[in-house]
Amino acid sequence: MDRVIYVDNAATTGISAPVLDAMMPYLTSEYGNPMSIHSVGQRARAAVEEARKQTAQALHADHTEIFFTGSGTEADNWAINGVCELMAKKGKKHIVTSSFEHHAVLHTVQKLEKQGWQVTYLPVTPDGYITVESVAQAIRPDTALVTIMYANNEIGTIQPIPEIGRLCKEKGVLFHTDAVQAVGNIHIDVKDQCIDLLSLSGHKIHAPKGVGALYVRRGLVLKPFIEGGAQERGRRGGTENVASIVGLGKAMELAEANIDRRVPRMTALRDRLIDGLLQIERTRLNGGREPRLCFNANISFEGVEGESILIMLDMKGICASSGSACTSGSLDPSHVLLSIGLPHEIAHGSVRFTLGEDMSEEDVDYIIQTTREIIVRLRAMSPLWERINKQ
Amino acid sequence: MLYSEKVMDHFANPRNVGEIADADGVGEVGNAKCGDIMKMYIKVENNIVTDVKFKTFGCGAAIATSSIATEMIKGKSIDEVLKLTNQAVVEALDGLPPAKLHCSVLAEQAIKSALADYYKRQGIDPTPIVGEIGECESCHI
Repeated sequence: MDRVIYVDNAATTGISAPVLDAMMPYLTSEYGNPMSIHSVGQRARAAVEEARKQTAQALHADHTEIFFTGSGTEADNWAINGVCELMAKKGKKHIVTSSFEHHAVLHTVQKLEKQGWQVTYLPVTPDGYITVESVAQAIRPDTALVTIMYANNEIGTIQPIPEIGRLCKEKGVLFHTDAVQAVGNIHIDVKDQCIDLLSLSGHKIHAPKGVGALYVRRGLVLKPFIEGGAQERGRRGGTENVASIVGLGKAMELAEANIDRRVPRMTALRDRLIDGLLQIERTRLNGGREPRLCFNANISFEGVEGESILIMLDMKGICASSGSACTSGSLDPSHVLLSIGLPHEIAHGSVRFTLGEDMSEEDVDYIIQTTREIIVRLRAMSPLWERINKQ
Repeated sequence: MLYSEKVMDHFANPRNVGEIADADGVGEVGNAKCGDIMKMYIKVENNIVTDVKFKTFGCGAAIATSSIATEMIKGKSIDEVLKLTNQAVVEALDGLPPAKLHCSVLAEQAIKSALADYYKRQGIDPTPIVGEIGECESCHI
């Protein structure tokens, strides 16, 4: 195998050439501390502020509303803990979220639950969507926060965020969305979509790992996440990760500029992959076809186990991921797949393919053909498949 | 790499895959909910396991442990086969990640389950010989 086909772009992406070019000076000659008064420091300050503007513009936010963080996870932690601390003083004690959030949200909310907060975990439809009606029913007079992801990281389903945002605004409840997977794939307008807080991550959009951002609507003042210096307007101490922040800004600008070209092209590749894989008997697509992230295909293959598929794919140069228990270190398969009602045995046999921009139709056809051969081979040695066939 | 070369070899080229139509004993352990099922078929002649085949639904470690376990018992006397422990399977594979140790337990249990079936077919109570075959403990966490 001379070429690796990387179809795990929801896990992470590589730094793109223009992003690296933008970063390079700040990894080498422009090493100033943005807090310094002298010219070297001030050039670094200008670079950070330019990145803040780029990030804000991509979200239709104001640059004063963007706070850089170390990751999307940090942004989620800050948003949820910050809002709850603030709203507890106003007598609020209830959070609305969904059962298929990323662990950055789920574990943060669960920690608050142990501290006495009440939490409603909204159910997910079999197609992988949260309904606006279910959010409306869950909101109570003492609800502090609604936090629903923009698009699911495993099954790619895009949630009705503008509708949920408007509902929350009407009801006077703060609304946070984890948009880590959505950025660069969906036009985000925090004002029009009534989003109060939004988390994003750099490494999903060809910026480096170790940088993210939190958008906080003006007027909403969260307590500092990290005590220290005056960085990030005194809310997150620690010398700025200048080069990575510059990379994030550039990546945000490019992601937003390229959406209208990217989405139709990636959607066509994705549908070619989904249609090809569904030709294999007893397979299913997890999550509805639309609205769905343009680069995500999550397929369950009955009678086989996901990790075995992944290792065999890897031997053939294809890098994908799985929602099977065996890849998570626990015995339960992915909470996302269980949330849409998949039985354990089918969830164990699921594979997530998240396509990259550099892929061709030939690559997709190679994945389909290779996967088919692997499934046939694993099914031939599976007592579960034997049982399914006898039914 | 998650797995040793030995594990990868047995996963990529599993030995003794299949079924034995006229098997003298068949054992199946694990369940689909946990994500592992192992099924072992044995032929026994004069107290010797002359042939063994397996089918496994599971992760790379489950397939590799099944494969090496069949190699370790083929041609051995029942007394020797009964002495096979999951630790011996793990050692033969040059180790397994901690989260995958239960796969080696399943392999040991699958063999014992096939032997128990063999004794039952002879009208012999297998429990005093093979012992109780417990459920895989990790499935009850």
